[in-house]
Amino acid sequence: MLEIRGVQRAFDGVPVLKGINLSINDGEIVCLLGPSGCGKTTLLRIIAGLETADNGSILLDTQNIQPVPTHQRGFGLMFQDFALFPHMNVAGNVAFGIQMQNLPVSDQQSRIRQMLDLVGLSGFDKRDVTHLSGGERQRVALARSLAPNPRLLMLDEPLGSLDASLREELIVELRTIIKQLHLTAIYVTHDQHEAFAIADRIAVMNAGHIEQFATPTDLYQHPKTAFVAHFLGLDNILPVLSQQNGIANTPISSFPVSEPAKKLLLHTDFVKVVPANTPDAIPAAVVQSVFQGDSYRLTLRHISGTTLTVKYPSAGVLAPRIGDTVAIQIAPNAIIPLAD
Amino acid sequence: MDRNRFTLSRLLWRGLLLAPLLFLLVFFIYPLLTILGVSLAPQGQLDLTGFTHLVTTDYYLNTLAFTVVQAVLSTALTLALAIPSAYVFTRYTFPCKSLFLSLATLPFVLPTVVVAAAFSSLIGPRGLLNTFLVNAFGFTTPPIQLDRTLAIILIVHVFYNYAVALRIITGFWANQNPRIEQAARVLGANGWRLWWHIRLPILRPAITAAGILVFIFTFTSFGVVLLLGGPRFATLEVEIYRQAVNLFNLPVAAALSFVQILLMFALMIVYTRLQRRLSTEITSAANVAVRPSTRRDKLMVFTNILLMSVLLFTPLLSLIAASISSDQGITFQYYQQLTRNTRGSILFVPPIQAVGNSLIFALITTLLAVALGLMAAYLLSGRVSRWSNLLDPLFMLPLATSAVTLGFGFIITLDKPPLNLRSSALLIPIAHTLVAMPFVVRSILPALRAIPPSYQEAARVLGASNWCVWRLIDIPLISRALIVGATFAFTTSMGEFGASLFVARPDTPTIPIVIFRLLGQPGALNYGQALAMSSILMLVSAVGFILIERLRTAGVGEF
Repeated sequence: MLEIRGVQRAFDGVPVLKGINLSINDGEIVCLLGPSGCGKTTLLRIIAGLETADNGSILLDTQNIQPVPTHQRGFGLMFQDFALFPHMNVAGNVAFGIQMQNLPVSDQQSRIRQMLDLVGLSGFDKRDVTHLSGGERQRVALARSLAPNPRLLMLDEPLGSLDASLREELIVELRTIIKQLHLTAIYVTHDQHEAFAIADRIAVMNAGHIEQFATPTDLYQHPKTAFVAHFLGLDNILPVLSQQNGIANTPISSFPVSEPAKKLLLHTDFVKVVPANTPDAIPAAVVQSVFQGDSYRLTLRHISGTTLTVKYPSAGVLAPRIGDTVAIQIAPNAIIPLAD
Repeated sequence: MDRNRFTLSRLLWRGLLLAPLLFLLVFFIYPLLTILGVSLAPQGQLDLTGFTHLVTTDYYLNTLAFTVVQAVLSTALTLALAIPSAYVFTRYTFPCKSLFLSLATLPFVLPTVVVAAAFSSLIGPRGLLNTFLVNAFGFTTPPIQLDRTLAIILIVHVFYNYAVALRIITGFWANQNPRIEQAARVLGANGWRLWWHIRLPILRPAITAAGILVFIFTFTSFGVVLLLGGPRFATLEVEIYRQAVNLFNLPVAAALSFVQILLMFALMIVYTRLQRRLSTEITSAANVAVRPSTRRDKLMVFTNILLMSVLLFTPLLSLIAASISSDQGITFQYYQQLTRNTRGSILFVPPIQAVGNSLIFALITTLLAVALGLMAAYLLSGRVSRWSNLLDPLFMLPLATSAVTLGFGFIITLDKPPLNLRSSALLIPIAHTLVAMPFVVRSILPALRAIPPSYQEAARVLGASNWCVWRLIDIPLISRALIVGATFAFTTSMGEFGASLFVARPDTPTIPIVIFRLLGQPGALNYGQALAMSSILMLVSAVGFILIERLRTAGVGEF
């Protein structure tokens, strides 16, 4: 549906996008995930026509849309600050895009009502947007961008200004609404939990390029690069000292690998903490223990000096303290080769 | 195809924005350069006699010294009164507080002739207070002898600028984080330490900005000094007028204008820099005012209000009172006389006709100033070009260039082809537009800058063309600022004195010109008519002012 080919962009000579290729299917929700400054918002703005690309092309159903000015693209965009027009009430905001299409007034009215029902703001028509709560403003912004029936919906950190509990609630609702309308959507965020909750596929961006483009589960279980692993909070990355005959040597042990790797990720979820004297387990000392409710987050130091972070269920028998020696068992599927 | 149309409309758009620049070029820069030319080369060749004459003659050096000294004194006095008041206004709530703050600003929109007439009606030799004292205690001469003294000039300057300083400082202070001061208190600061180490340093940008603005206003003071100072005192402004009009010594007038322009432009650059900083430093945690609780607090609030009232309101009330009083008691004869042309040789027309002239000029000025000011504000908002840093002081320059210099520039340039407007009545609204445009720009620009780009982008994504964005987003969002600017332009034009004095034709005088002429004539009738006319002009200004005040919201038009 949307095809981005070799898009490049530099600001004052500093490259912000270094040749982005991305293909988005009809009805798919794609998330651009990355730290601030990685270029994700710039890419979104280029798709919206608010910025121009220095190079590359953007094809919508095989047609290059770059010469089309923003207001004729028929896209929807939700801003991080919502950008609700303060001089119009809720209905006025929602109606804006429809009015630009010169529909008959009766159609406009029913469309506004339909949209407000959809986002759960029935009866809010005449309310002043400056007096709404954060969650309500977010809903108005959503209704406004959905009202003109956009070909593509873009969301630029739309929950960024809301507090955490509200975010969790709204993200699920957002996905439900987008799916209900069979919309194609691009969602920009720096929060992996948001990305996991909403996306069909996630493109992790770093310093102007895409590191990995995959489904949330694939991404989490098989990160391809150290950057992606770090960004998802997977920190047990070991350097590969040498590798031969499918065996990679790391400071703590040697592991069988299926492909050549520069680094190995030990996926926390498949690393088990066992008593120190367990056979075939790797011993390590507890240097830090953080109680997190359902589990402890333990920082362990191997004799080689390598530190590893692991989880230990708080209902477990061990109750590890700082200074204790424990051991870890590493399941074969915990070992993930990283490109760099 | 789309892209071409886009760039074409953009080109037109940009072309339109150059209109205010063109206007400035023709009606401001060109006269200014001519002044420069006349001052440097009066006979067509380089001849610096004008300047050497200036710097070698004690008289001119004294004039410059007096201009600076009175401006410094006025600024210091104004700040000395305004800072404690700002504290009271930031810290405490009391009945009618916003009304007081509004009313305090009224003087700022009052024409100098009105204010001069008002103070003359109160403490002048023919004023109410002296009349009362003479009648009550049998003085043989008026006991209050402030007329034609430095004191009255300073009092009137404080009267004018007190609210300007008060508003700038209060506006800034109210937006400061109150926790800074609370933290200092917790750390043991109190009394003067709080003022010296916390409050004054925090307020420094606002105090400096207010100080520079007041200095600019008083440095270029014309009407006040001309009307109240008498022949003994002259600011550069007054001297330019005397040299040009009374003595017809154009090279000296031009040289003086040149000095004036240079000094003012330098100050204006500093001011616009500071002003930008003021508008960006706004925190979310604002100072919250409380009711005065202790006896000391209450006394402070009360004293402040009393002083304000005496300084600001008694002259204005006295003006109205004096305009309807005569030896025989209350009378409306001065108002009735305004419709008659009793002294045709002085005014050529019945004084009341000046009201009609002023209204027409003010309407034309408003249209011109708002249209040009709006374009200028777009040009400066930085959305269209990157020159805004350079252009900003340029558009403020007419504000710093005194009205007298403008008027003087007009009469020496626009009286010959290709721009022979000397006999055209349009010259007045054009001069007024130059004076009013900086105010209009100053009220629109903050509103325009305050529109987040995401509003315009959101509208574009939703299908709005550039034109639609302008019509449906920009204009409604700045509508208040536009009305404020328009009202400013209108009242400025109604009260403008300095430039009008140069360019008004004898048969189309404006209200201030008529007041000036009447005040210059002997006799109770002329004086009474001047006061009556001043009262009318004061009411017009007050109505415009109330309109501005009702529309003014935080962030609109604080300059």
